[in-house]
Amino acid sequence: MMSEHNKSAGTLHRTGKKKAVRYIPLYLMAFPGMLYLFVNNYMPLPGLILAFKKYSARKGIFGSKFVGFKNFKYLFATQDAFIITRNTICYNIVFIIVNTVCAIFVAILLAEMTSKVKKLYQSLILLPYMISMVIVSYLVFGFLSTENGFFNNTILKAFGAAPVSWYMEKKYWPFILVFVNTWKSIGYNCVIYLATILSFDRSIYESAAIDGASKWQQIRKITVPLLKPTIIMLTLLAVGRIFYSDFGLFYQVPQNQGALFSVTNTIDTYVYRGLLESGDMAMSSAAGLYQSIVGFILVLGANLLVRKIEPDSALF
Amino acid sequence: MKTKDERRFQVLAHIVLIILSLLAVIPFFLLIISSFTDNNTLIANGYSFTPAKWSIYAYQYIFKTGNSVLHSYGISIMLTLLGTTLALAITTLLAYALSKPDLPGRRILMFLVFFTLLFNGGLVPTYIVYTNIFNIKNTFWSLLIPGLMMNGFNVLLMKSYFSTSVPGEIMDAAYIDGASEFQAFGRIALPLAKPIVATIGLFAGIAYWNDWMNGYIYLTKRTDLYSVQNLLNRMMQNIQYLSQNSAHIQDAGVGLASIPSVSVRMAMATVGVLPILICYPFIQGSFVKGITLGGVKG
Repeated sequence: MMSEHNKSAGTLHRTGKKKAVRYIPLYLMAFPGMLYLFVNNYMPLPGLILAFKKYSARKGIFGSKFVGFKNFKYLFATQDAFIITRNTICYNIVFIIVNTVCAIFVAILLAEMTSKVKKLYQSLILLPYMISMVIVSYLVFGFLSTENGFFNNTILKAFGAAPVSWYMEKKYWPFILVFVNTWKSIGYNCVIYLATILSFDRSIYESAAIDGASKWQQIRKITVPLLKPTIIMLTLLAVGRIFYSDFGLFYQVPQNQGALFSVTNTIDTYVYRGLLESGDMAMSSAAGLYQSIVGFILVLGANLLVRKIEPDSALF
Repeated sequence: MKTKDERRFQVLAHIVLIILSLLAVIPFFLLIISSFTDNNTLIANGYSFTPAKWSIYAYQYIFKTGNSVLHSYGISIMLTLLGTTLALAITTLLAYALSKPDLPGRRILMFLVFFTLLFNGGLVPTYIVYTNIFNIKNTFWSLLIPGLMMNGFNVLLMKSYFSTSVPGEIMDAAYIDGASEFQAFGRIALPLAKPIVATIGLFAGIAYWNDWMNGYIYLTKRTDLYSVQNLLNRMMQNIQYLSQNSAHIQDAGVGLASIPSVSVRMAMATVGVLPILICYPFIQGSFVKGITLGGVKG
């Protein structure tokens, strides 16, 4: 009896052990990645409390004095809070609209094109997506440099117009930034829409053509309506990211020019400047937490909506 | 078969796409042509597509005196190779482990990966952790580690690839044949997942090559660790600084000859973008596939 009991326990133990042993390699495999996420994504989280403290490098994050919502009070009392929120959100809204319209337009042209050259067009239009914002800032500088730029020296001269100090005049920058952003990302967005269009059933178009529908009618009555779910989904996901901006675009391309701040400062550039240029840790950490929290709410909200409309496309 | 309407559409589409393609590449032409323009011509006429006088002085200057360019190239290449390898290793291994439905604790791990996509601490706490706890400021690690090595989205993308494209029966057969988990991963799952591994490797490689932020934030003293992007960035800032303070500099008796000339600046940017331009024809196919893969979900 005793021995039998032992034996069964032994078997149980062995299978239990065997199972555990089988999983050890999997945990070992997961370990480096989880460790990285822990260091890179989770260890910084307690530091968010800094937004409620008066930071002193000597005392560290947790030793620093607690000041409640004072940092936020200061932040929202300044003009800056309004400007960076306005810039971040407004640019993003314009980017979403312009990118969606342009990308769909190009995707439709590429999809309907019969010639093989379309591959070449697509590659060329995607090229700007591959380069860094530092290079982009050089490309823009080639056109806009006050002393040597192509615009001032060739185009404006041809029209007999006076040179413009592009990097000093803020009225041009909303257009420049929207143009640069579209230039850089249109190829990327267009690839997604193109793949969707190519997945449509061609027989719908054929029967429409037989019924005498013109190309324009086919696009308006078939392609665009069929694209609707994709448009809604991608737009919602972009809306979820509306509180975040491309730091490189707003920092590198205007070359960190103070004269342009009121139209180029976004939450990300503001946090960066507070942390590393002006040393205004209180404002910087408050703006950072503000971004994290509102950003989180927006991502959650956008995803809930996506899940309602198209469960397969939701992140969760 | 082609109707008049169809032909007209094709012609119009060609015209529009040619214009857009030109818009996409014209800035690169301006950059490259400027880098081959005589410096005095540039000062007189500005950057132009049709320079009056050509010159290769800028490149001679870079390769004679610009050891820093070659050095930063070395850093960028090392960073990209090492970073991509590490990124692929940890992403693939984690994704593979998470693709096992019976792994105890899998749901918790999945949530921890997923949560990073929703919420992040942002720049300030991240900077403090890396500088105060890990002390990576002014080391090569600061280029390699922060932000770039892994992201939750790629893990989830790869995980779903393992789940859907590597048949469970084949894996089971391997286990029955006595394969260890590592053998099953290396010999069966990994080869089957080649497309997604290639895609994520490509994205990681481009991200490392193009990154300037880490160096900009963390390399405050060690300019010898600058990648190509950081060097270019620094040079643009120096020129800005000098041109803004030119009166001041003339007082100090520092000639403008000591800073890279107008053409050298463009030549360095050309050298910086060259690897991408050279590789692009070969990688753009898989890049497009990768965007589609990621774009379908998110």
